[in-house]
Amino acid sequence: MRFLTRRLGFYLLTAWAAVTLNFLIPRMMPGDPVDLLVARLKGNVDPAAIDAMKKAFGISDANLWTQYLDYLGNLFRGELGRSITFFPTEVSTVIADSLPWTIGLVGIATLISYVAGTSLGVLMAWKRGTWLDGALPAATFLHAVPYFWVALVLVFVFGSTLRWFPGSRAYGLEVTPGFDGEFLASVAYHATLPAVTIVLASMADRILGMRNVMVTTLGEDYVVMAEAKGLTSRRVMWAYAARNAILPNITSFALSLGFVVGGSVLTEIVFSYPGIGSMLLKGVENEDFPLMQGIFLVISLAVLVANLLADLAYVILDPRTRQ
Amino acid sequence: MKIRIGAGILLFFTLMAIFGPLLLSTDPAATSDAGLQGPSAEHWLGTTQTGQDVLTQIVHGSRISMGVGLLSAVIATAFAIAVGLVGGYFGGAVDEVLSVLTNIFLVLPALPLIIVLAGYLPQRGVASVAVVIAVTGWAWGARVLRAQTLSVRRRDFVEAAKASGEGPFRIVFFEILPVLLPVIATSFLATVVGAILAEAGLSFLGLADLSTVSWGSMLYFAQNGQALLIGAWWWFVPPGLCIALIGTGLALVNFGLDEVANPRLRTIKVRKARA
Repeated sequence: MRFLTRRLGFYLLTAWAAVTLNFLIPRMMPGDPVDLLVARLKGNVDPAAIDAMKKAFGISDANLWTQYLDYLGNLFRGELGRSITFFPTEVSTVIADSLPWTIGLVGIATLISYVAGTSLGVLMAWKRGTWLDGALPAATFLHAVPYFWVALVLVFVFGSTLRWFPGSRAYGLEVTPGFDGEFLASVAYHATLPAVTIVLASMADRILGMRNVMVTTLGEDYVVMAEAKGLTSRRVMWAYAARNAILPNITSFALSLGFVVGGSVLTEIVFSYPGIGSMLLKGVENEDFPLMQGIFLVISLAVLVANLLADLAYVILDPRTRQ
Repeated sequence: MKIRIGAGILLFFTLMAIFGPLLLSTDPAATSDAGLQGPSAEHWLGTTQTGQDVLTQIVHGSRISMGVGLLSAVIATAFAIAVGLVGGYFGGAVDEVLSVLTNIFLVLPALPLIIVLAGYLPQRGVASVAVVIAVTGWAWGARVLRAQTLSVRRRDFVEAAKASGEGPFRIVFFEILPVLLPVIATSFLATVVGAILAEAGLSFLGLADLSTVSWGSMLYFAQNGQALLIGAWWWFVPPGLCIALIGTGLALVNFGLDEVANPRLRTIKVRKARA
């Protein structure tokens, strides 16, 4: 339990850091964001929009500390200000509309990539010295491939050339959103290429990481002992070696989540997927600072929650942490 | 073997970045009437929508893409060395604070932070983009270096330096740092990969300096020029392939170094029979 409380404390601290960073960035970066926006729009701004922005930033003549407390108070009530792009919609509404798409896509893709990558890593360590080693150079290459480029290639091959899968949007124009089979089928069909992109681009890290830990684990005495006892090789591979090798793998997986989320942002943009990544780009392109900041905050918190889940898995798998 | 292949790839791209633009000295942004032509004897990698030569752009773009990656990795690694070594050597409250800071930056998603920071930049020049990427890229190195410093700081040569009255900063940067150079080198290579990918992502989103040609900005223009729909694969395949190949080269060198340290990781042909 002490392990979990300590981690929880750390995540609370990190959440506070993300919130504070979000408060400080607009104040530390050169130029006042409000002035910047007014200047770029050459004065043709609705005064209401300027007020809304100032309010969103908590920019006032008050000192920094009072501004900070105001900002925390707003945040606590779930007020992230109004979006400039979708004025007068609240930033929280824009995020609430786009977040489910991202969580669905990235969540499922990450799960597939983790299970497939880890299993492949286990197999490759077990069958070291066979033809499976041929997959290593491929994994090394995939490890370095940019997500958005994988997305471009997939759209080109399976989208615009072969026309097997749609290369943009989250569902077809012909279906109306609702929880019926037709709509869900269209969503799954449209999510195929983006999901394959994320799986391909993030799987290599899991394969290489798991293989390396597993290879080291296979040399341990308890694995040799298990083999000597005449246990089936499947049992030795999964229940003795893989179960121990998976612990560092979970830690490195949790740490790579931020990277996966970053890649998913780019993937969404290539596919014009209506998730939070596309919204982030819209925010940046339109100098929509409240939207940008709200999204950064939500992404950071989501990554923290995912990390906490990974820690829970760790506790379940490693009895030593339960003392 | 891995190190050799990796170093070969890196050497190729380094030579390309240094000497390539001298050989292909035409302006990479120069347009011509011959738009969207496939690879031919005249244009080895074809042309873009506005008739720019893709090969010339690749060669000139390597300077920006690799340059930003290197610059940003140098800044990030310098910061990682300072944080990791100081925290690891001094321990106590200093280490607590620096560790928490490192772990926070490890967990926060880097690319969204880079995008937000870039959104606030008034001018998105090469140097400011490199700094923004470095801000998010130092934490891995700091964590690894802290762990290594912890294992080194009780060794005899450090104790001897202390006994002979050397100051703590002299010990950290002149006694411990040289011992950790191999670790610093691998963490630097990994940081370069991350920085090149981040720069490419930022340029691809149109958030870096689009007036200079880089591999990322080539992909930005390819996507916005509908290269995918037109079927102009020669426009978007080469820049992405270059990014991936450099990353592969750097990773191969790093994995090769890992295998020197841990021989079990090597791929071998002969092994004991396993039923």
